[in-house]
Amino acid sequence: MKIITGNDLRTGDVIWWTGKGWSRFVNDAVAVGDDAEAIIAQQNATQVVTDTHVIDAETTADGVRPAHIKERVRALGPTVRMDLSLKPGDPAAAKWVI
Amino acid sequence: MVEQTLRYRNDEPVSDPAVPVEAFADQSNATAVRIEPGEDARALLPHLDRLALVEVNFPAYGDGRGYSAARILREHGYAGELRAVGDVLVDQLSHMRRCGFDSFAPQQPITAEAAEKAFATWPDVYQKTVDGRPAIWAKRHPA
Amino acid sequence: MYQYDNYDQSMVDARVAEFRDQVQRRLAGELTEDQFKPLRLKNGLYLQLHAYMLRVAVPYGTLSSRQMRMLGDIADKYDRGYGHFTTRQNIQYNWIKLEDAPDILADLASVEMHAIQTSGNCIRNTTSDQFAGAAADELVDPRPYAELLRQWSTFHPEFDYLPRKFKIAIIGSETDRAAMKLHDIGIQMVKNDAGEIGCKFFIGGGMGRTPMIAPVIGDFVPPLQMISYLEAALRVYNRYGRRDNKYKARIKILVHEIGADEYRRQVEEEFAHILTLGLEPPAAELERIKGFFEQPGFDTNASDDLDLSDPDFALWVDQNTHAHKRAGYTIVNISLKPIGGIPGDATADQIRLMADLALDYSFDELRVTHAQNIVLPHVKKADLYTIWQKLDEAGLANANLDLISDIIACPGLDYCALANARSIPVAQKISERFADLGRQRELGELKLKISGCINACGHHHAGHIGILGVDRKGVENYQLSFGGSEGADTSLGTITGPGFNEDGVVDAVEKATDVYLAQRTEGERFLDTYRRIGMAPFKEAIYAKETANG
Repeated sequence: MKIITGNDLRTGDVIWWTGKGWSRFVNDAVAVGDDAEAIIAQQNATQVVTDTHVIDAETTADGVRPAHIKERVRALGPTVRMDLSLKPGDPAAAKWVI
Repeated sequence: MVEQTLRYRNDEPVSDPAVPVEAFADQSNATAVRIEPGEDARALLPHLDRLALVEVNFPAYGDGRGYSAARILREHGYAGELRAVGDVLVDQLSHMRRCGFDSFAPQQPITAEAAEKAFATWPDVYQKTVDGRPAIWAKRHPA
Repeated sequence: MYQYDNYDQSMVDARVAEFRDQVQRRLAGELTEDQFKPLRLKNGLYLQLHAYMLRVAVPYGTLSSRQMRMLGDIADKYDRGYGHFTTRQNIQYNWIKLEDAPDILADLASVEMHAIQTSGNCIRNTTSDQFAGAAADELVDPRPYAELLRQWSTFHPEFDYLPRKFKIAIIGSETDRAAMKLHDIGIQMVKNDAGEIGCKFFIGGGMGRTPMIAPVIGDFVPPLQMISYLEAALRVYNRYGRRDNKYKARIKILVHEIGADEYRRQVEEEFAHILTLGLEPPAAELERIKGFFEQPGFDTNASDDLDLSDPDFALWVDQNTHAHKRAGYTIVNISLKPIGGIPGDATADQIRLMADLALDYSFDELRVTHAQNIVLPHVKKADLYTIWQKLDEAGLANANLDLISDIIACPGLDYCALANARSIPVAQKISERFADLGRQRELGELKLKISGCINACGHHHAGHIGILGVDRKGVENYQLSFGGSEGADTSLGTITGPGFNEDGVVDAVEKATDVYLAQRTEGERFLDTYRRIGMAPFKEAIYAKETANG
């Protein structure tokens, strides 16, 4: 499936399109299908998000999993500083990236 | 297309259309020429005395060849109008002025106020160029 | 150290005001991201994988304690309590908010620092020898010239939209500690037979996709024509460097394609013209700048005696200090490469501690090295033990300078939007594999460098052992190379063969060191052995099929 991601314009935080707004958690991302371009154009105009782009992902037992490793790193945080990631209490979460 | 030209000269604007560099040498009555990024400004040096307007085209603001073209012309004594045209943005005006441009025909209009503010960005400058501003080193060591 | 006057200060202040206005326009929707991006990049503000990243310039790698302390404070106030020292002597913060960026620049400006031209297709921060002004082998102190370069390159109106980024390094020793020949322009200050100082220009080097060692273009340019020569060299590049393909846009490609002789001819023609224009700052300006770089008030009675009865201290002194030009003094290298750590990272507390040490023991000076370490350039030997104890308490007394665990690594895919593979985990695993300091010292000088993509920020081409992370069908893969070097004997590494996964490349490195240990002759470093015996024995060991199972 296709999902949309970007960064919060002010904070730079990685965010994912939920269908209604933006979430920091990739598991909240929804499939956008053919509407991607329209959503991106509309959201770019709001000055809330930047660097919006569509990526491939799949739904797994663990939730939404971006197809490319780079997007999985974005979704989690630096694997070498799990304390700063979105799963600070789970050092094994880095394996999800690979 | 609406073109608004910001002009910082006191003489009358040239009304002649600017001809391409290639054609210019053969048109002995032409007084205006237009330089594209890949063209050599030095080709104009033998003709500076009959030139009244040189347009330097910036098809994309990130292509900085026109800055060198402008300086070369000024360094060799060209005193006519030097106009930056094309993708000329307000954040580039200050540097362009320092390289010798004295008129600007941006695709997206820039207000005179915004331009004045841009020219005033740097209270002083580190380099001597062709705009007559003394470099900081010259101010530090007055002759 | 150089100190700003009102002119210098007003320039960085103006920049802060300009950027504050630009950020405001972006947040208000007056600038699109396409319009804003080049403006923020000119202030070193990138958008990376997790947030904005701010790259702060450390001009020619030199810092005062006040500046260093500010770097620590910024890490606490605006980031997540740490910073990353880079291979270009800069520092990067990984978790910056756009709305904070103007305030950070203002804080930096309050200590005569900035992030000007730390990105974009312009002249970047000039780098230099981290031992400048201190090294025993120094011929000419390059710092005054580097400062002249800093001012000349700051907001240069003609060279702000070059075909590609432009990096200059300047040194003044025979020993090149700045990888000078792998820069767009490397300047070596030299002396001729008459004892006169001149600039030797190496132009057209670089790493990246197409690594090249710079040829000599200008043999001996008088110091008071250095700026004019640079104007000429840059103008030829600005006019004729390729703009059709960003991978062929660096000056190395221009010099390579038209040839060093033709490039030199064009530069000399332009140089002759530029000399007529009076663009060069006068001798008085160079003298004024030199005044800031006079020798500090060394103790002429300082003793060379050192009590080395503490074995750990003795190891650190042996490994991490370097000969100073003055008796009784030494140069201290603080390694930011703990075993299992992130190369170049330092916490805010560590940064402030290093600032304190510089203030108390090194005439208020620090240096950042391209190997991502920190230097205290002027330390009295009598103070070494105290310094070592304080560093040790802060986890900064790693006695591994230039050893296999003193790894250069770019941020890689853990942080960087350009990366194809992670660099840091590989560095961590290698340093853990070779954690035993005795084993590292047995291996001797071994420069291992890791890049997470072909842009080569981790200088892998110049590593005795180089590792390049690539993306192979969405999986991280690591190419190994041997034989790279920077410095007087600059060479580019050769790829061993097929790549490895993360653990595989660590194993391969270990096997290569085994080959070295078995084959070396007296006094040979890994690099020397490789150069003597060639790739074959290494390749054989690395790619030997396991016999136990298939």
